[in-house]
Amino acid sequence: MPSSSELPQPSLQTITTPKWRSALNRLRQERAGGNGKFFLLALVALGFWAAVFGLSYKILNYIQSTSEVGVPLAAKFLSIILLAFASLLLLSNLITALSSFFLAKDLDLLVSSPTDWLRLYLAKLGETLLHSSWMVALMAVPIFTAYGMVFEGGPLFPLVVIGALLPYFILPSVLGSAITLILVNVFPARRTRDLLSLIALGAFGGLALLFRLVRPEQLVRPEGVRNLLDYLSGLQAPTSPFLPSEWATAMIMNWLRQVADPLPILLLWTTAPAFIVLGAMLHARLYHAGYSKAQEGAEKFVRARGWSGITARLFRGMPPARREFVLKDLRVFFRDTTQWSQLILLAVLLVVYVFNIKSLPLFSGEKVPVFLVSLVVFLNLGLAGFVLAAIAARFVFPAVSLEGKQMWLLRSSPLDLQALLWSKYWTGTLPLLVLAVVITFSTNVLLRATTFMMAISLGTIVLLTFAISAMALGFGALYPRFDTENAAQIPTSFGGMVFMMSAIVLLGVVLVLEAAPVLGYLRAQLQGDTPVPGPWMVGSLVAVVVVCIAATIIPLRLGLRRIEAMEF
Amino acid sequence: MIRLTGLTKRYGKFTAVDAIDLEIRRGELFGFLGPNGAGKTTTMRMIAGILQPTAGRIEIAGDDLARDPIRAKSRLGFIPDRPFVYDKLTGAEFLRFVAALYGQDGEPIERRMAELLDLFELTPWKDELVESYSHGMRQKLIISSALLHKPEVIVVDEPMVGLDPKGQKFLKDLFRAFVERGGTVLMSTHTLDTVEEMCDRIGIIAGGKILACGTMAEIRQRFQGGDQKLEELFLKLTGGIIEREMDAILE
Repeated sequence: MPSSSELPQPSLQTITTPKWRSALNRLRQERAGGNGKFFLLALVALGFWAAVFGLSYKILNYIQSTSEVGVPLAAKFLSIILLAFASLLLLSNLITALSSFFLAKDLDLLVSSPTDWLRLYLAKLGETLLHSSWMVALMAVPIFTAYGMVFEGGPLFPLVVIGALLPYFILPSVLGSAITLILVNVFPARRTRDLLSLIALGAFGGLALLFRLVRPEQLVRPEGVRNLLDYLSGLQAPTSPFLPSEWATAMIMNWLRQVADPLPILLLWTTAPAFIVLGAMLHARLYHAGYSKAQEGAEKFVRARGWSGITARLFRGMPPARREFVLKDLRVFFRDTTQWSQLILLAVLLVVYVFNIKSLPLFSGEKVPVFLVSLVVFLNLGLAGFVLAAIAARFVFPAVSLEGKQMWLLRSSPLDLQALLWSKYWTGTLPLLVLAVVITFSTNVLLRATTFMMAISLGTIVLLTFAISAMALGFGALYPRFDTENAAQIPTSFGGMVFMMSAIVLLGVVLVLEAAPVLGYLRAQLQGDTPVPGPWMVGSLVAVVVVCIAATIIPLRLGLRRIEAMEF
Repeated sequence: MIRLTGLTKRYGKFTAVDAIDLEIRRGELFGFLGPNGAGKTTTMRMIAGILQPTAGRIEIAGDDLARDPIRAKSRLGFIPDRPFVYDKLTGAEFLRFVAALYGQDGEPIERRMAELLDLFELTPWKDELVESYSHGMRQKLIISSALLHKPEVIVVDEPMVGLDPKGQKFLKDLFRAFVERGGTVLMSTHTLDTVEEMCDRIGIIAGGKILACGTMAEIRQRFQGGDQKLEELFLKLTGGIIEREMDAILE
């Protein structure tokens, strides 16, 4: 028997084979189903890129052409963007590292095989890096294209950007994996659940902090800033010479300014490998114990029994199958940290949303016409609808997918599948409805909306909530993901994207249908006439009702048909 | 009790189950045998209403599964080979949920739940989350859930996997008692001794077709098996590993 040092070790490529082979096979399988899906994906990606590029190009072009301090200002914007990305990357890496280093299904095989710890670390670090950074990397492409074009970066500019971003992506990956590794070791008895709660709270704090650091109120109240230099120094607040985002900014901007300064390159390319070495050392010391402790993470006892009793009594009048389904869904949701912890982020999103509305400079300076305020109220309806669609994508869309492994039970029982869909629909819709009404009402109050606009907004948002929730559930059934290890990944699937696009189309149709009569009504009000709801307005509102009812019923029917035809 | 007529399942060009005709009577424990990939699980999942047949008919206690699935399924208890259950429910909550799927609740179900949990020695763990259960405990919980609504027919795929010897013995006795009271059991397993010991009739399936069906004596007679054991007959029908190949692998 050879000694352990003589045993040949598999290459990193071999260790990661199941991952990339599976991805390739999935791609091949999906391609076999036709190119329509790819075409749609490419179209959406191109549309998104074009929008981000257009916006970035316009801003940078404006900055460069109108100001003497165009380049420093562009550098400042880049540093803020990269700082925001770094926060997202760190958070994403923390959560992904927990899954790839401690919960992934291939770990039993890898840990039990004679693969050495360093290879395992590098393979899992690479996996974490890819999973948590691809979205930010894609987002960065149009932004840096705009920088390259506006500041004439030349043909080598993409290589400079890659050279700056690679270590910039590696650093939060190593840091996130290391923090997760420490947390798993520090909180063994309190299980993975507590760890995730901690991460969620960290996300909450991080987002709130980020929000405060960029001082958005300065951007909407330029009159509060004495001059451009004050404004710039204000923007300097969130940066620090110790942040890798600053080094990456400096490296990229030095190229664009044609300044030869090797320091940021050195900082990036020495810190990243040093971090990998430190991360590997930490991994060698703590991983085995942490992995072992993570296996003991199953929770035994149920908390909050009193709450369970109250909900059971609340639904007592319902038929047993529907009642138990609703109760089961609630229990599973609130006992699964990966699910409920997202409520914290949702709360942050809503606070930021309401705060933004409150910060609009509508009532701070000169008197703004009622017409304009009403227009903002109307547009706010679309924005609130979009927020609802995003929430539905996260909480309602995965509902059918999450039943995947238990579908044998549901399909072999005499359960009417309509009851299943009914339970899923209402457990998703009712909280959404409360949320929709609360945010629409509160933002309308902040905007001092007229009674007419308040009535139109509330009526429309209620109809939209029913429709958006039905679409989320229907599309979730049409594009289920039964194989996912994490519920949070389901909304980012192809089906999730199709749902978001359909929801946006619905919002557009409803707003377009309502726009003409509402604006007509407001114009009449502006001219001092007594606005009378004419047949044009009634017709449009009836059309909105019909569209929303159709958007509620059709996806639910299609979803039901799909569930009935599902095979496991 | 279970009647399959021309039951077929195709996945594209591949035929997993090929026009099976089979009748399993009331009060009968039927053993379903076959090598891996023979079509056993596909057949059982079609009977349970999870997979839709490409062709053919399934009747459970006289009810056509395609025409009246709710009625047919209410007579059936299905125990799958992979016990996936809701990890975040307690054992008791899971049983209550399953009872509700069969339209049952209230005091009678609570009593029956208590009896079953006792019978399967799960009472001390009934208020713990299923995620903390061992494989065997999950298997016991699923078997309890299949018996909860007092089915007339039990379809069970690999019931002995994950159970300790005591649990296996108990399960054998339970299924025997169930058929003696007029129930019907269709059971697939790879444990040939269990089949020989327990089953009234046996069906051997390979390549999606039933190769042999009958009592042990009938199968022996038909395939000139003399006093061969089931294992030898099974290998004769389905093809075993040649000894020298085994030697080559082990050396």
